[in-house]
Amino acid sequence: MKTSELAALLNEPACTHNLKSKSGCARPMPGATAGGCTFDGAQISLLPIADVAHIVHGPSGCAGSSWDNRGTRSSGPTLFKIGMTTDLSEQDVIMGRGEKRLFHAVKQAVDRYSPAAVFVYSTCVTALIGDDLEAVCKAATSRWSVPVIPVDAAGFYGNKNLGNRLAGEAMVKYVVGGREPEPAPVDPARPSLRVHDINLIGEYNIAGEFWHTLPLFDELGLRVLCALSGDARFREVQTMHRAEATMVVCSRAMLNVARKLQESYGIPWFEGSFYGIGDVSTALRDFARLLDDADLNARTEALIAREETRLTIELAPWRERLRGKRALLYTGGVKSWSIVAALQDLGIHVVATGTKKSTEEDKERIRALMGEDARMIEDGNARQLLNLAREYRADILIAGGRNMYTALKARLPFLDVNQEREHGYAGYQGMLTLARQLTRALENPVWEAVRRPAPWHSLPSPTGRGVGGEGRLEVSHG
Amino acid sequence: MAEILGRSKPLAVSPLKTSQPLGASLAVLGLNRAMPLLHGAQGCTAFAKVFLVRHFREPIPLQSTAMDQVSSIMGADDNLITALKTIAEKNRPAVIGLLTTGLSEAQGADIHRVLKVFRARHPEFQNVRIVPVNTPDFSGCLESGFAAAVQAMIAEWVPSADDVGTCPGRRAHQVNVLCGSLLTPGDLETLRDLIERFGLHPVLIPDLSDSLDGHLDAEDFSPVTIGGTPWSAFATLGDAAATLVIGPSLYSAAELLKSRTGVPVHRFDHLLGLNANDRLVMTLAGISGRKAPARLERQRAQLQDALLDTHFLLGQARIAVGADPDLLHAFSELLAETGAEVVAAVASSRAPVLARTPLPQVRIGDLEDLEDLARAHGAELIISNSHAVETAERLGIPLLRAGIPQYDRIGGYQRAWIGYGGSRQLLFDLANALLEQADHGIAPYHSIYSRKADSRQEASYGAPQAFANSDRWH
Repeated sequence: MKTSELAALLNEPACTHNLKSKSGCARPMPGATAGGCTFDGAQISLLPIADVAHIVHGPSGCAGSSWDNRGTRSSGPTLFKIGMTTDLSEQDVIMGRGEKRLFHAVKQAVDRYSPAAVFVYSTCVTALIGDDLEAVCKAATSRWSVPVIPVDAAGFYGNKNLGNRLAGEAMVKYVVGGREPEPAPVDPARPSLRVHDINLIGEYNIAGEFWHTLPLFDELGLRVLCALSGDARFREVQTMHRAEATMVVCSRAMLNVARKLQESYGIPWFEGSFYGIGDVSTALRDFARLLDDADLNARTEALIAREETRLTIELAPWRERLRGKRALLYTGGVKSWSIVAALQDLGIHVVATGTKKSTEEDKERIRALMGEDARMIEDGNARQLLNLAREYRADILIAGGRNMYTALKARLPFLDVNQEREHGYAGYQGMLTLARQLTRALENPVWEAVRRPAPWHSLPSPTGRGVGGEGRLEVSHG
Repeated sequence: MAEILGRSKPLAVSPLKTSQPLGASLAVLGLNRAMPLLHGAQGCTAFAKVFLVRHFREPIPLQSTAMDQVSSIMGADDNLITALKTIAEKNRPAVIGLLTTGLSEAQGADIHRVLKVFRARHPEFQNVRIVPVNTPDFSGCLESGFAAAVQAMIAEWVPSADDVGTCPGRRAHQVNVLCGSLLTPGDLETLRDLIERFGLHPVLIPDLSDSLDGHLDAEDFSPVTIGGTPWSAFATLGDAAATLVIGPSLYSAAELLKSRTGVPVHRFDHLLGLNANDRLVMTLAGISGRKAPARLERQRAQLQDALLDTHFLLGQARIAVGADPDLLHAFSELLAETGAEVVAAVASSRAPVLARTPLPQVRIGDLEDLEDLARAHGAELIISNSHAVETAERLGIPLLRAGIPQYDRIGGYQRAWIGYGGSRQLLFDLANALLEQADHGIAPYHSIYSRKADSRQEASYGAPQAFANSDRWH
């Protein structure tokens, strides 16, 4: 990929990072980094397209230690879960046999697994030795009569966000517009209902949480043409250009897709979140607003009223248990405000939140929610997070999986809110799951047990002076 | 003995292989206050970190030189120097393992030279020991990366007896143990106990049982490993009475240690089963001059009893094994001891040991190869890592998880496979898996003349359905 093309992507005009004080995505510091690479980001974005053979073109390190590790779920095909790589050998690298191997690898995948399409991901080594991914994919497409899509997102191009963006770019360039959607099926119960087509971008169906919100869209008569890319199929991505509205669900990284769909096909879009009752309702209202349909509007309001009433009743006992608990939130910053709002809704006091990837706008929203002196964490390394947790007397750390064992080693309750998590928190129903998981973490009796020192450390020493008063008492009475 | 069949197809599907840099990182994590540093892009480190965190369920120290597009082409020496300096300053490690990746190797980075530049430029960090290891991920596998790192540690830190005057046997009770990647932290604990029973003092290299055994430390946080072989131990290796090496991948490292120090080496391919453990006990008895403790004799007798109890099931059982070479070899020998047949054997990478493995054939390949071979030869059980869960499901046979990764089980890293006791449990587990699966019975035959009227009876067993629509339940 050319440097100029990368620079253009880094300066995504729809990304508010590029309008406000920060510009573009920051460079990593050697020896003090904690993020994934561009290939990682691209793979995360597209892997949930379930009927595609995802081939990683590179040596074993890239796919070998990353396949089979995502929490995304499919309602049908499981092809995406099968790791595929050209697993280049030293000879391949030295002798330049990578392209040839890739070409035959595509055939092997097509012959055995009959995929809807093949996605080929470049990696550092194949980008460095100059394998022409685009040419190989073009040749393979015509030879094997299956769409073979190049995803040129080698790891060293930059960070994970860039990878999300490059993945989106590849979809817009090679896939979107490839097919017209079928007419929406008529619901026999509501034959006269006007169905609208929508897109969701950045919905990854982690732990199946998209299935919390999808029934709501069904009920409203909103057909999701494609969720890029939770539980998606190749044929769904092809029809994204026919949507009437797009919602960017998570991470501004794929804003470029929404923007290009608007530029090329005039599809309006908005940013929203499915976390927290308020934000779910707002997202549904935003769709009704963009689609400009009075009947939809009325039905949306009715659904919101019903769901919010239901949740008020069902959440009441949980709110009772969670009230006044103190949480330290560190999500890296993307949509922090949404999770802050959800936690506050449960009665939790959010003492600080990460803003590493937040824009000024995000920060404004956080200030509005948490107050002017809200503590914002710019760079949350493990040590610092623990110090803050102590300083602010946090009862729980809510963060991504990589911080999980850091928290546990410090005997601090933890909730995983990133992509490796095993529970879905999206939608109205997700709030109940969130509440249950929070109490499960907070109320567990193990916290007392793991903080208790070995009783013999409290035994009276030979000089007769005990170390811990309470411990000694226990011993003498036991 | 075995015929080695090379890779036969362009695409690896459901990869069995884990890369060399990851294996080398694992070896470095067995050193005290250590930090592995991968010279590559951020993702090399991020993937390896997530992988190890999920296997061990522990925080894993691991850093990156964060090569980008420009430094990949124009040279990344500055990245490397900056990374070493940053880690030395911020994390205060005792040891840094400097490991290459496919990216830096393809680029042609010379880490040994850059390390010299770093030493000259930053004398203030001379107390931080750095071991450089070449571990491109386009050759070898986890096991060979691990072995390369252990070899490099010995090359860097074990002085020659001629230079420093170490003397084999001066520390009469010390036994050096080079521990291959086929051993789990649980294995190492067992091994340490066993050696100590003979009044000997084991020095494990690397010692994952001290760093990644999953213990709750008094400290709430450490940016480097909290345990493992201390760097200072390397200077003592030359005074030991003997060196044990477990795993053929480390034989070359053991030879290097012997040539440096003159300490005699005892080789063990693995420690599974009666034969291997008998040899280990005899060796320890020889080194220590003590008799085997009575307790061991009892455990040995228990293993013999287990061999008897399980032989009905394990005899001629058809097993598929997918693993790194050392582990594949270990299971092949153990299964041969029990009369089971390995009908499908896939290794992630080539290694000299495979030629000695008591099997007709070993395929170098992936889990798709294992699945095909297992299906073709009617395997009844698979032994492989957690990646094989779906393989086993598709084949409809049980999976015994062994090797790395095991991320769908808690505590897999802590299982002790070795010794008489560990081997006994392994036999039980294999037999139980087969027992649950077993359908050796003769299929019922229904005579054309008989009128057993079973269907009438079954209708009345089907109570839930029969009454499901009945109002009297409401």
